[in-house]
Amino acid sequence: MKTENQNNTLQPEEKEIFTVPNLVSIEFIAMIVAMIILTIWSVSLDAPLKAIADPNWTENPAKAPWYFVGLQEVLVYFDPWIAGVSIPILIIVGLALIPYLDPNPKGVGEYNFRDRKLVITVFLTGYFLWFLLIVIGQYFRGPNWQFYWIWEDWAVHKEADQALVSIPNLFGSLILVAYFGLGTFISKIKFKALYEKMGTLKYVTSSVFTLMMIGILLKIVLRIFFHVKYIISTPYFSI
Amino acid sequence: MKLTQITETPVWKSIFRHKFEDTPRNRSLAVTSNVFLHLHPIKVDRDAIKFRFTFCLGGLSLFMFIVETITGVLLMLYYRPVPEYAYLDIKLLEHTVLFGMFLRNMHRWAAHAMVILVMLHMLRVFLTGSYKPPREFNWVVGVMLLVITLLLSFTGYLLPWDQIAFWAITVGSKMAAATPFLGVDGPFHEFFHITDMNDMKYLLLGDSDVGGNALLRFYVLHCVILPLASVLLIFVHFWRIRKDGGISRPL
Ligand code: HEM
Repeated sequence: MKTENQNNTLQPEEKEIFTVPNLVSIEFIAMIVAMIILTIWSVSLDAPLKAIADPNWTENPAKAPWYFVGLQEVLVYFDPWIAGVSIPILIIVGLALIPYLDPNPKGVGEYNFRDRKLVITVFLTGYFLWFLLIVIGQYFRGPNWQFYWIWEDWAVHKEADQALVSIPNLFGSLILVAYFGLGTFISKIKFKALYEKMGTLKYVTSSVFTLMMIGILLKIVLRIFFHVKYIISTPYFSI
Repeated sequence: MKLTQITETPVWKSIFRHKFEDTPRNRSLAVTSNVFLHLHPIKVDRDAIKFRFTFCLGGLSLFMFIVETITGVLLMLYYRPVPEYAYLDIKLLEHTVLFGMFLRNMHRWAAHAMVILVMLHMLRVFLTGSYKPPREFNWVVGVMLLVITLLLSFTGYLLPWDQIAFWAITVGSKMAAATPFLGVDGPFHEFFHITDMNDMKYLLLGDSDVGGNALLRFYVLHCVILPLASVLLIFVHFWRIRKDGGISRPL
């Protein structure tokens, strides 16, 4: 799009500029800087390599690669089918749904947070939670996945958690239904305009995904401060 | 010899189809007559290409992918994906191959960098609202690229066949066994008569534990299947950026 005034002459400050050299030069510099950083990094720090794999010699702790350590940390609070399977799938599906759920047309192509307070808050909460869990898992977990401060010696044995309790199933189910049901219903009153704009399906979907995300945090709190193991426990699955 | 003596030769002219005078026509041709540059439009929005808008994060993600491809192919020359040789080959690479350690380091650090850059790129796209119409689908393509980037990194992690690799993948693949219905340790696995010989983990590892089959599977995923999938999706991603009207701008 050319910005033209009434006399069809170009304005002094054109909106569109040539890719060569304007963009290509930026890309070129970015590549060179990246290459310099990578070279220095690779000369000064060696990739780790321990002893040859030995199935009979367990590493303790055995840590996943750092980008999955957050999920491994969640294993403390949830069973593997939630922490290792359901949560990753929900994160991927949730991310993919964002464009189809966000009804707000404002803030395209600019860092405009004022008109998008809610979505930005929700997204950043999840984003920082992901990295917070990674930091805890990577730097604060020692043998048997016990919590160790950075300055603590891993050789010092730590007691396993004190006895954990599970919430009775009836009560637990009530809590879950109330959490998702009331959470969606009450927020619907608070965000009335948003609800009307989105319609029931989209609103409930966004609400459930958001509540699940916050629910991970809440379960962590329940576990740490109230020693809760499960909210619901059955022979088939437990939450 | 003058430069023009070269640029006037038939060989030169057969390769570069435009002159060098700084004219709008030549600036356009520099883009359109070059298969790599013509990913770009001829002209771009002045503000869209500001560093502080994209922080070059998408471009740098691509650059890391290219670095990984080049260093990765070189590593393939020295590496055999079987338990008998894998670890030995990494040791030999580090100690007997000229610049072998450097090569391995660069492949490793660029992989970490790529994971971080892709995550940051997603953050930038989110914060600038660039997933909103008409770019919804390209965001979804991006999410798939994010997943593939993580899987590429994860499958590569096993290949050195040392204790870190072996136990990290052992921990990771346990998750596959916890898949509801389809994993032997998952809820409702009785439903489909799932055992440790036919569940998700077996599919991933080619065995019920991490071993030679897993190493081979991860190698093929890491060196063939996932890179091809990335390339395919990156093409779609870039094509869509153009078709969706270029980098997002305020309305
Ligand atoms: C291998 C991974 C990826 C590569 C190589 C890549 C590359 C790029 C490049 C070069 C751009 C041009 C603008 C820029 O540099 O910021 C771009 C834009 C874009 N990317 Fe990615 N990307 C990747 C992953 C992702 C992810 C994970 C998402 C989101 C979940 C995403 C969503 C988008 C969207 C929506 C745009 C358009 C942005 C706009 O118009 O402002 N991409 N990508």
